[in-house]
Amino acid sequence: MLFVTPLLLVTAVGVAAADLYGTEASVRPETAVSAAPPATLSASPAASPYPPEEYAEAGIALARSADAHDPVETTDSGDASHHGGGYKIVQWEWSYVQTPYIIAIWILVASVAKILFHFSQRVTTVVPESCLLILLGLVLGGVVLIASKKQLYQLEPGLFFLFLLPTIVGDAGYFMPSRLFFDNLGTILVYAVVGTLWNAFCTGFSLYGMKLAGIIDEKVEGGMMEFLLFGALISAVDPVAVLAVFEEVHVNETLFIIVFGESLLNDAVTVVLYKVFISFVEVGPGNVQTADYFKGVASFLIVNVGGTLVGLIFAVLLAFVTRFTKRVRIIEPLFIFLLVYLAYLTAELFSLSAILSMTFCGIGCNKYVEANISQKSRTTVKYTMKTLASIAETIIFIFLGISAVDKSKWAWDTGLVSCTLIFIFVFRALGVIGQTWVLNWFRLVPLDKLDQVVMSYGGLRGAVAFALVVLLDGHKVKAKDYFVATTIVVIFFTVMFQGLTIKPLVKWLKVPRSTNSKPTINEEIHERAFDHILAAVEDIAGLNGYHHWRDKWEQFDKNYLSKLLMRKSVYHKGELWEVYQKINIRDAISVIDQGGNVLSSARLSLPSMASRTSFSEVTNVTNYLRENGSGVCLDLQVIDTVSGGKVEEETETHHLLTGNLYKPRRRYHAHYSRHFMTVGDKERQDREVFQRNMRSRLESFKSTRHKAKGRHKKERSQKKRKGSDAKEQEVNGKPRRNVSWQDTDPVTAPVDSPEERSEEEADKDEDVGITFVARKHETLKEPLKERPKSDMLEVYQSLAVIPPSPTCAEKHLPWKGGGGTLPVCVSMETTKIIPIDLQQAWNQSISSLESLASPPVQAEPQHPRVRALSRAEAARGGNSGGSDSGGSGPAQDPRFHFPNDEENGQSLQQQESQPLMSSMKPPAPPQVSSTQGMGRRPPTFNRNPCVYLRSLVSASPPGSEPRSRGPTQL
Amino acid sequence: MGSSNSTLSKIPNLGRLIEETGFTPAHIKRLYKRFQALDKGNKGYLSPQDFGSVKELATNPIGDRIIGAFFSQGQETVDFHSFVRILAHFRPLDKNRAKRPDSPEPINSRISKLRFAFQLYDQDNDGKISRDELLQVLRTMLEMQVTEEQLESIADRTIQEADLDGDNAISFDEFRKSLEKVNIEHKMSSRFLH
Repeated sequence: MLFVTPLLLVTAVGVAAADLYGTEASVRPETAVSAAPPATLSASPAASPYPPEEYAEAGIALARSADAHDPVETTDSGDASHHGGGYKIVQWEWSYVQTPYIIAIWILVASVAKILFHFSQRVTTVVPESCLLILLGLVLGGVVLIASKKQLYQLEPGLFFLFLLPTIVGDAGYFMPSRLFFDNLGTILVYAVVGTLWNAFCTGFSLYGMKLAGIIDEKVEGGMMEFLLFGALISAVDPVAVLAVFEEVHVNETLFIIVFGESLLNDAVTVVLYKVFISFVEVGPGNVQTADYFKGVASFLIVNVGGTLVGLIFAVLLAFVTRFTKRVRIIEPLFIFLLVYLAYLTAELFSLSAILSMTFCGIGCNKYVEANISQKSRTTVKYTMKTLASIAETIIFIFLGISAVDKSKWAWDTGLVSCTLIFIFVFRALGVIGQTWVLNWFRLVPLDKLDQVVMSYGGLRGAVAFALVVLLDGHKVKAKDYFVATTIVVIFFTVMFQGLTIKPLVKWLKVPRSTNSKPTINEEIHERAFDHILAAVEDIAGLNGYHHWRDKWEQFDKNYLSKLLMRKSVYHKGELWEVYQKINIRDAISVIDQGGNVLSSARLSLPSMASRTSFSEVTNVTNYLRENGSGVCLDLQVIDTVSGGKVEEETETHHLLTGNLYKPRRRYHAHYSRHFMTVGDKERQDREVFQRNMRSRLESFKSTRHKAKGRHKKERSQKKRKGSDAKEQEVNGKPRRNVSWQDTDPVTAPVDSPEERSEEEADKDEDVGITFVARKHETLKEPLKERPKSDMLEVYQSLAVIPPSPTCAEKHLPWKGGGGTLPVCVSMETTKIIPIDLQQAWNQSISSLESLASPPVQAEPQHPRVRALSRAEAARGGNSGGSDSGGSGPAQDPRFHFPNDEENGQSLQQQESQPLMSSMKPPAPPQVSSTQGMGRRPPTFNRNPCVYLRSLVSASPPGSEPRSRGPTQL
Repeated sequence: MGSSNSTLSKIPNLGRLIEETGFTPAHIKRLYKRFQALDKGNKGYLSPQDFGSVKELATNPIGDRIIGAFFSQGQETVDFHSFVRILAHFRPLDKNRAKRPDSPEPINSRISKLRFAFQLYDQDNDGKISRDELLQVLRTMLEMQVTEEQLESIADRTIQEADLDGDNAISFDEFRKSLEKVNIEHKMSSRFLH
């Protein structure tokens, strides 16, 4: 701590000095601009009535100057450089960068401070971060004050309400545990509305009473309305402070949600009371008519309901929008930030409760948005929101500290301060006890005394109160300076003293803490069952209780809302399945994190299985792999034990894939698509094959089309037979080696390729920037020991997401919904080695292939993939079987057939093909039997992955052909 | 008051029922009215068909099982006593009552709540939730949303997670342990009977 403090001080002084320079330099433009008030920032009611002098005095009105200075100053400096003789190599453009520069420096200081606090574990466990930040703010404020003789910085209400608060509220709303929140909504609402009203009026009246009794000094001018106003703004529990303190305390979740929920929802009450009393103060208490009180009540309802509605409307909008971002994943997070923020601003625009609006927007949209957006977007949203909120919180507390130093805004009255402190505490406690007593009649789990103590003690006041008090008009509210001082003291007392002591208190009282455990699949399932049970029981007992309505809502949600707001693919997935996947992935990741091997079952312990003491021999993961992936697991273990040469082969496979896959398109898609479980696993293959076909076809078509086609066709059908013969040989367990595209035997054992592919597949699914190049190098260099581990995770994850039955994918035709999926040549299906039924399926596919391949060549209803395969076999057969002599001849074979392939391809891949096809349209593409082909596909490719791999290989573009073929043919 | 007494007087063994279930007379009266409303034709007992008239149960995925839970093995009817006793499982826990050490396990205790839930899974009453039984529940709860294979993998995972003795089924003890951290008192209670 010590050694860094000077550093911070230096920074602060630097900023202050620089800013001073800036303000001096820009006084003229500033006053000029203030004539036309910066409309963007003055949405908070009293920001604009500031007199111009105060603008200058306030020094850095960060955001405001951002708007106001820039245009003027740039022209200034531009002029200067024009007229100031000649060209300057280096120019001092401080005024140009001033505002963003200062903002950046401030954030930097705040962040560095945070790092420093956490250097000392001991300090941060005892002292809440918010306290430290306020202290730091005090120090910095002192330094700035000394350096520049006047306080340049303070928490600007505009800045606070428009930028800092929304980030925190947005984060809180979006990540609000909605189930918990709605379970306790009644309680929260009572505390937020009744409690805040109680606090406000009691504090206000009591202070007024004290004033009348003479305990508060005469200098504090103000009638009843002023004190009620002050009571209103000081009574609201502050979300920022509550979050900052309670997040470190870890009380049980019910308690937390009640206090935190209250702090969010009481905003509406505070806003209304504040505005009502301000207007009363302005017109004077004598002129307030009875109608005005009713208007106040009406305005309360409108502000409340309106704010909530605006939030919900934006929530629906946001959820609906994210339904269609499939192809533009990159802007998904932006949409979320924008619309949630717009919910806040819109509410502010109509002077509704902005916090309420944003909170409900976040709560409302979360479920659908999270389901719609990609995994990466989810992470991005989460991190960005948390980062912003954290920074905003830091800045708020630092600025609170700094603002406190500003003597000019202060007026101290001991009576007022001490009375306020006492009243706040007493009325909070009384309010909580009273309300809890009433609520416990209705609550399922009554709040006991400990809870009440924590709730009373947790009534922290914070920056909202400060911003509101600063917003007061000093001319109308004469006692403003006293109120400001009192508010600052109250905030410091609650945040620092109570914040500091609440942790020991909670420990001492043994308040139940939150268990930090992640849910297990058992809990998830059974809790769902409990909900159903209770709904049923309430129905039977004929009582329309909470569960009854919850059930109704769930039905409605499922039947209408989710259908409207969720993507079809997501909607059909099922929540429990998602949960299951998440838990699985979490387990796997944690295992890997611990350095464990997923398959070294002996020392595997999964966090979600905490109840289990020992794992005898079969672990979750492995078992799951076995059951679902049937064989993959075994394969991997084989790799585990088999040594040496395999790595080389894998490397070659990588080379192969790298060299031959259709890259640009793949890369493009890979970055934006996520779905764990797409319908498109097969389409990927299709598309890739198709694309490859198209490409090579385009390249070779012109050169070959002049040749006699009839002959070729005949040849081809013969070859096809040969090819299928070859395949049948392989069925007997003798994969044929001679593929001749690398010096070594490239595809020796089927175990390689599934592993390889599923690894890549996993990459895609996980959306981890896939570039084959990168992976290639990795695998090249990776020692053998490392490989299995990483592969294991990926395989495991990818397995978790296999659409297990072919029927699932078959339902969706490839031209539907396949757009954003990954055009990888790798099929999930290939990773499954299904021993049973195999022979049968294989034979079936072979026979169908043969029957199709024979006479009428024109309208071959084959699937491109099948074609590709057979072609590959043909090529290979020709290559290996008889003709090492015809080195280049067989190599061209695949391309000769392309004109026919294209027909099927087109029917399957309309969208993809259009641009390519237009030049050489074949006559009347037969729309036949693509589904038929698909039906047969899975068995075909389950069989022998390397066959398929080869098919890809042999279809490589002519450019690369000689190079890769050369060596083998010698 | 008069009507209340007259309703209550129709209920035989009222005292024992109150003692056993912890319901107040007002609750009992309310439930009795409901019972009568469900009891088409005033038989004095309910048959499974009577429950069919509760139309919300049709949309409840495990509604059938819950109806089944009202009927003890082999019986086709449920009288008012059993009816109330079943519903008493879902009464919230009250702290004051549980003080008497000699009293038997209250009907709304954590254990009996869990046991009730367990029995909904364990349809063949062998004291274990087998994989098939779990699958059935999952199937109804997830409806058409997932494929059979996905269901199976969820079921397998679930059983592995909870299964401590390796018999590939979840016994009641294992069931209880797997839900140790869950606030059963909260989640298996309905506010209506407080």
